[in-house]
Amino acid sequence: MKFTWFNLMPWPYLPDDFREKNRSVWVDIPSTLYDPKKGHFVYHQYMDQLEYAESLGFDGIGCNEHHQNGYGLMPSPNLIAAGLARRTSRAAICVIGNSIAGYNPPIRVAEEFAMLDVISGGRLVAGFPVGTPMDTNFCYGQIPALTRDKYGEAHDLIMKAWAEDEPFAFDGKYNQLRWVNCWPKPIQKPHPPIYIPGGGSIETWDFCLDHDYNYSYLSFYGYLRGKSLLDGYWERVAQRGKDDSPYRAAFAQIICVADTDAQAEELYAEHCLYFFNRCLHVFPPFADPPGYRTVKTIKYGALSQLRMEAQRIMQGLTWKQLVDERFIIAGSPETVRQQLEECITGLRIGHLFCLLHTGNMPDWKTRHSTKLFAEKVMPQLRHLWSDWKHDDRWWIHPMDDRLHPEEGRPGAEKARQEWR
Amino acid sequence: MKTRTVETRKGCRCRVLEGGSGMPVVFLHGAGGLLADNPFLDRLASRYHVFAPELPGYGESTGEELLEDMLDFTLHGWDVVAALGLRRPHLVGHSMGGMIAAEMAAVAPGDLDRLVLVAAAGLWIEAHPIPDIFALLPAQLVELLFQDPERGQQLLTGGVDFSDMEAFKNFYLGQQRRLAMAGKILFPIPNRRVSKRLYRVTAKTLVLWGAADRLIVPAYAQQWGRLVPGATVQTIPDAGHMLPYEQPETFVDALVRFLG
Repeated sequence: MKFTWFNLMPWPYLPDDFREKNRSVWVDIPSTLYDPKKGHFVYHQYMDQLEYAESLGFDGIGCNEHHQNGYGLMPSPNLIAAGLARRTSRAAICVIGNSIAGYNPPIRVAEEFAMLDVISGGRLVAGFPVGTPMDTNFCYGQIPALTRDKYGEAHDLIMKAWAEDEPFAFDGKYNQLRWVNCWPKPIQKPHPPIYIPGGGSIETWDFCLDHDYNYSYLSFYGYLRGKSLLDGYWERVAQRGKDDSPYRAAFAQIICVADTDAQAEELYAEHCLYFFNRCLHVFPPFADPPGYRTVKTIKYGALSQLRMEAQRIMQGLTWKQLVDERFIIAGSPETVRQQLEECITGLRIGHLFCLLHTGNMPDWKTRHSTKLFAEKVMPQLRHLWSDWKHDDRWWIHPMDDRLHPEEGRPGAEKARQEWR
Repeated sequence: MKTRTVETRKGCRCRVLEGGSGMPVVFLHGAGGLLADNPFLDRLASRYHVFAPELPGYGESTGEELLEDMLDFTLHGWDVVAALGLRRPHLVGHSMGGMIAAEMAAVAPGDLDRLVLVAAAGLWIEAHPIPDIFALLPAQLVELLFQDPERGQQLLTGGVDFSDMEAFKNFYLGQQRRLAMAGKILFPIPNRRVSKRLYRVTAKTLVLWGAADRLIVPAYAQQWGRLVPGATVQTIPDAGHMLPYEQPETFVDALVRFLG
C-alpha cells in the first residue's frame, strides 16, 4: 500500500461570510480577497509541510493544477514540484497533474515534466487531467464539446515526444508542429508513471485501460459515495480482461487524526467545515458547461462533484454529518485505521492520496495530524495488498546514485534523522 | 408546418420544418433551437415557402460530430440548402443562426437573394460584453432572453412541467446537447471573426433587433449596420432577444416589408 501526502493549497483567508457574499470560489472570485504578502507565508508553509511529509516516510508528495480560485493556489504545479525536487530526494513527486488540453503547445508539458523527472532523479509521477470545467473551459477558454478530443491529441503528442529519438512532424487538428524534438527527456523509461485523475466521466476508464495508466478518483465525498464509481471501473477492468492489481487505482481522502475521536472534532471541525462551505462553493453552471460531460456520462448518473445536487448536500453541513457519512475520515488512530482499511479494501485502491491539510488548518495542527498518521496509522495499513507488493508498474523508478541536494541545507540533519 | 428529414452530402441528417409556397425563405434558429411553438413560421408560410432546418445536435437531427468549427457550420448551411434543392433563397438567421447566415453570405455572396440578421451573434464590442450564456442559471437565462421573463419561461420550456423529474431530465439532456453544439462556435466568446469577411456580402441586408435585447444589446445592431455593405437597421420596440417569439406579428411584418 502506498501513501501520498497531498496538499490542495487552499487560500486560508476567505472571510466568514464568503458564501453569502460571493457566488463562487472559482472563476470569478474577487481577486481582492487574495493578499500576496500573506501568500508568501502560505506558499512556504504548504511547501514545508510537503517536505515534512517526506521526512515522516510518506511514499509520495503531491500537488495539482487549478486556476482563478481560492480552493487551490497552484496555477502552475510544476513550480511547486520544482521546489520540492530540490528539497527532497526520496519521495515520489506526484503532479496530478497538468491539464494538457489547455497548454499551447502541449509539448511544453513534455518538456517541463522531463525537467522535473531529471532534476528529481526519476521521481516524477505524471498526471494528465482533463481539468475541471472551471479551469479548462471557463478560465482557459477551451470549447467544452471539443475538450476531450483536444486532450487526447495533447496526450498523443506528449507521449510520442517522450518516445521518439528522432525529430518528427506532428500534424494534429489542434497542434501543428513541424519539428518535435523533446529536450530533455525523462529519466524513467519508457516514461514516468502516468496517472489520470477522474472526476466521474466514464470515458476516462477506457482511456486508462487502453494505455494501462493509473485511474485516480478525486472526490471529496468519501468512499461510501466513491464506491459506485470505483465498482464501475473494476467491472470495466474485468470486461477488458486486465488484471485487477489495486495499483491501477488511486483515491483521495480527507483524513484527520487526533489522540481521541472527541479531540479530532475539537481540533479539526472548523477547518473541515471551512473547506466544504467555502472552498467548494462553486457557482453550479461553472461546474457543468454543456458538452464537457458526454451524454453517456450524464445518463450514467454519477453524482457530479460540484453541481446542483452536490451544492445541496453542502447546505448546512455539520461535523457529525461529515464523519457519519464518511466524507472525511477523522478520529483516533484506531478509528482512522479501521475506516481507512474499509475504504482501501472496499474501493480496491493501492494508492491513497492523503489530504491531511484541510481548508484553513494551521500549520501545527496539520503537522500533528500528519505525524500521528505516519506513526500510528500508516504502519498498520502497509501490509494491505501484500500479494501485489512486487507490482511496481504504477510507481516511480528513481536512479540509484542521485544527488541529495536537501541534505546540504541547515536543519536537514534533524529532518533526516526523523525519517530514518 | 410539416416536417421532413434531409441528409447532407457530408452525412448529417437534419429535420426541417416546411410550409407554404412561393419564394423560398430559410430560417436558421438560435442556440436554443426551435421552440415547441413557432407561430412566426406559420405566419411567414402564408406568404413564402418556408424552411426551418434544425442543426445536428438539435431535436432529431444527427451528425453533430461532423461539425466542429465555423467553416464546418457555414458549409453545412449551404449543404442543407443544396439538399433541399433550393436556388438563391432568402436567408433569415436568428442569434447564432444569424451568425451562420452572415458567414454563408460572406463565403458565397451570389448564392442567396436577401439576408436578414435578427439579433445576430458573431460580433464582439469590448464596451458591451455579451453575457456568458454557458454560465447562467436557468432563471438568469430567461431574464436575458425575454423582455417579459414570465411569459418567456413558458415559451422556452413549451409548457413542460419541471416538477416531473423525467420531463425535467429530458429537457436538461436536450439542452446540454444543443448548447454543447452551439459552444463550438459561441464558446468562450461568440466571435469567429466574421467581421473580417463581411465586406464580401452583396445581398441586400436587413438587421432586425429587439429594442429591449439584454443579451446582445442594440449597439450590436448598429455595428452590423456599419460592417455589412448597404445594410438597413431596424429596431422593434417591446421585444427582447427572442424577438421572433415575443413579437411574431411585428417580426413577420418587418420581414414582408423587406423581402417583398
